[in-house]
Amino acid sequence: MLRIIVCVKIVPKPEEVSVDPETWRLDRSHARSEINPPDMNAMEIALRLKDRHGARLDILSMGPPFFDPILRVALAMGADHVTLLSDRAFGGADTLATTYTLAKGIEKLGGADLIICGEESSDGATGQVPAGLAEWLDIGQITMVHDAQVDLERRVVRGRREIKGGHEILETTLPAVLSVATACNEPRFMDYRIKEWAFDPEQVTVWGRNDIDADPDLIGAPGSPTIVSGLEEATSRERKRRFLQGSPEDIARQLSAVIRQAI
Amino acid sequence: MVQSLYGVAEETKTIWVYLERDGDTLEGVCLELLARGREMADTLGWSLEGLLLGQNISSLAHAALACGADRVYVVDHPRLADFTSEAATEAAFQAITGRRPSMFLVGVTPNGRDLAGRLAVRLRTGLNADCTDLRVNPETGVLVSEVSGFGGGILALIEMPQRRPQMATVRPGVFVPPEPDPERTGEIIFLDVDLKTTPFRTHVVERSVGEALDLTQAPVLIAGGRGVDGDFDTLRELAGLLDGEVGATRPPVDDGYVERARQIGQTGVVCRPKIAITCGVSGAFHFVVGIQDAETIIAINNDPEAPIFDYADYCIVGDVREIVPALIRELQDPRLATGNP
Ligand SMILES: Cc1cc2nc3c(=O)[nH]c(=O)nc-3n(C[C@H](O)[C@H](O)[C@H](O)COP(=O)(O)OP(=O)(O)OC[C@H]3O[C@@H](n4cnc5c(N)ncnc54)[C@H](O)[C@@H]3O)c2cc1C
Ligand SMILES: Cc1cc2nc3c(=O)[nH]c(=O)nc-3n(C[C@H](O)[C@H](O)[C@H](O)COP(=O)(O)OP(=O)(O)OC[C@H]3O[C@@H](n4cnc5c(N)ncnc54)[C@H](O)[C@@H]3O)c2cc1C
Repeated sequence: MLRIIVCVKIVPKPEEVSVDPETWRLDRSHARSEINPPDMNAMEIALRLKDRHGARLDILSMGPPFFDPILRVALAMGADHVTLLSDRAFGGADTLATTYTLAKGIEKLGGADLIICGEESSDGATGQVPAGLAEWLDIGQITMVHDAQVDLERRVVRGRREIKGGHEILETTLPAVLSVATACNEPRFMDYRIKEWAFDPEQVTVWGRNDIDADPDLIGAPGSPTIVSGLEEATSRERKRRFLQGSPEDIARQLSAVIRQAI
Repeated sequence: MVQSLYGVAEETKTIWVYLERDGDTLEGVCLELLARGREMADTLGWSLEGLLLGQNISSLAHAALACGADRVYVVDHPRLADFTSEAATEAAFQAITGRRPSMFLVGVTPNGRDLAGRLAVRLRTGLNADCTDLRVNPETGVLVSEVSGFGGGILALIEMPQRRPQMATVRPGVFVPPEPDPERTGEIIFLDVDLKTTPFRTHVVERSVGEALDLTQAPVLIAGGRGVDGDFDTLRELAGLLDGEVGATRPPVDDGYVERARQIGQTGVVCRPKIAITCGVSGAFHFVVGIQDAETIIAINNDPEAPIFDYADYCIVGDVREIVPALIRELQDPRLATGNP
């Protein structure tokens, strides 16, 4: 049977993250959390493969314990189990430490034929986790796919992705990492009939650093080469901020003059 | 702490730019990186070098020299004819560990991202992703990368004091492309790599490329937001009259009204048109970074409090469904076409 792991990040709703005007630090305390929207597209690709071939579908997420209830959405959509990698020592991870930790979790889960990620997160948005994961696991990758077809006999996966001015179809051998193009499909709704099952404590396993045999030098802040050395206020160019008045026709006349001059 | 494969003490005082091929030219973003790389190299008194991977591509090395590189390393290998992240990662890995540059800069394209993510892990180094600016500390030679934080108008500065190379990726349009100088000369050096043990896992089954859309070159950009309610036809008509292109904020792209290649902003394209006209756009920072270098910004929004007006030269409080058609009629006015109002 096909084995699939979908990596799911829980993120604060972007519109609810604010900036403290005094300290210029991010204030996430009032923000509700959600599954990173692109990871819902990854879930949908995984569930379609499961519908088609039958599959064991695991969810893997790294983050604090409060992610647990949000991850149950994935169970109610059709995943079989959730593993949450949660340990204070994982905190402050950049992409290098994050990909290492997720790769250790994947190994501990016994690996999979396909590891499916979103294209990028809505907070850090580096889009570098999928490729980094493939490298730690020493397997192939196809990123930003719009669909994926598995050939179990030949043990390959094909994915179509958009490139500048066109598209390409790539094929790689299983096991492989895929990342899924944001908004490329319509994620299915939760199945309320299995809600009770999805909220059963047994469906979520929490693992700390010792459970995945993580090297303490490679996780969290110590395992992260990048440091944030400062936050600065975005300075944008001074603008005229001239409000044009009048009827739509008056405004159109003024605009056309502005445009002719600016071109 | 785990170390990168070489550290500050072993680095050579060089800045490398990954030169990605785009048909028979170099990707525009690579040239933009050469332009900024040149400035940084001059600040530090270092050498700017390019890394070109492929097969029979050495003619492109001259383009890089003309755009500011002092030296181009060419790896010519049949396994690099079609880009695959595994072969490219291994080739770049061998070139980099052999020459030990202090910095390695990569343009954000689908393949550039695939390469950067794998390579950073193989080198056990960090990666400053999707930077909105790159600077160097002239005393320490440390790269200071600016990335924009979500939500508000704050920018985070990221550095990598210990590990090498200092890797960074930058989207197209962030830096201004250089004026090529065909007289400029430099060195072209062929490097050998050994890809015998690199597994053949991934291959291209099909690739079809037509005319590429390049919003960064458009002199006029008409950007539609959620407020146009999916009516991009009217915006296309306006763009047509002004020789411009249509762009969009993220919501209409997510809703499928416009193709993703037209998304403007932090996770889309960064443009510097002569004129940007935003229609029904609220002015989220994520979007504004994509147009803030426009020479003139015109904003149309029915909410007088919309943040977009803080970033605009000409502000119109009104309904896009009235203003845009009126503007189209005005621009179609035959008296204007004769240049004789
Ligand atoms: C504003 C900002 C800028 C940043 N810039 C950088 C930077 O330049 N370099 C850097 O190294 N770090 C950076 N970080 C930190 C980075 O966000 C974290 O390292 C994060 O853990 C992984 O990166 P990402 O969110 O960018 O993931 P992406 O690579 O954008 O995510 C792609 C996919 O990977 C999977 N994934 C990612 N994280 C997890 C997770 N925790 N659990 C399960 N699956 C996951 C998901 O499927 C997701 O859709 C930045 C953070 C912020 C807030
Ligand atoms: C990590 C991250 C990256 C992101 N990257 C991007 C990005 O690259 N690009 C991007 O655009 N967004 C990006 N976003 C989303 C961004 O934060 C905003 O949500 C988005 O830009 C809002 O788009 P909008 O202005 O079209 O919609 P809204 O914020 O909903 O604004 C619609 C506006 O239209 C006005 N309006 C409504 N009807 C009319 C009418 N009839 N006439 C005139 N005005 C009208 C309203 O007053 C309102 O101001 C990103 C978000 C995150 C978290």
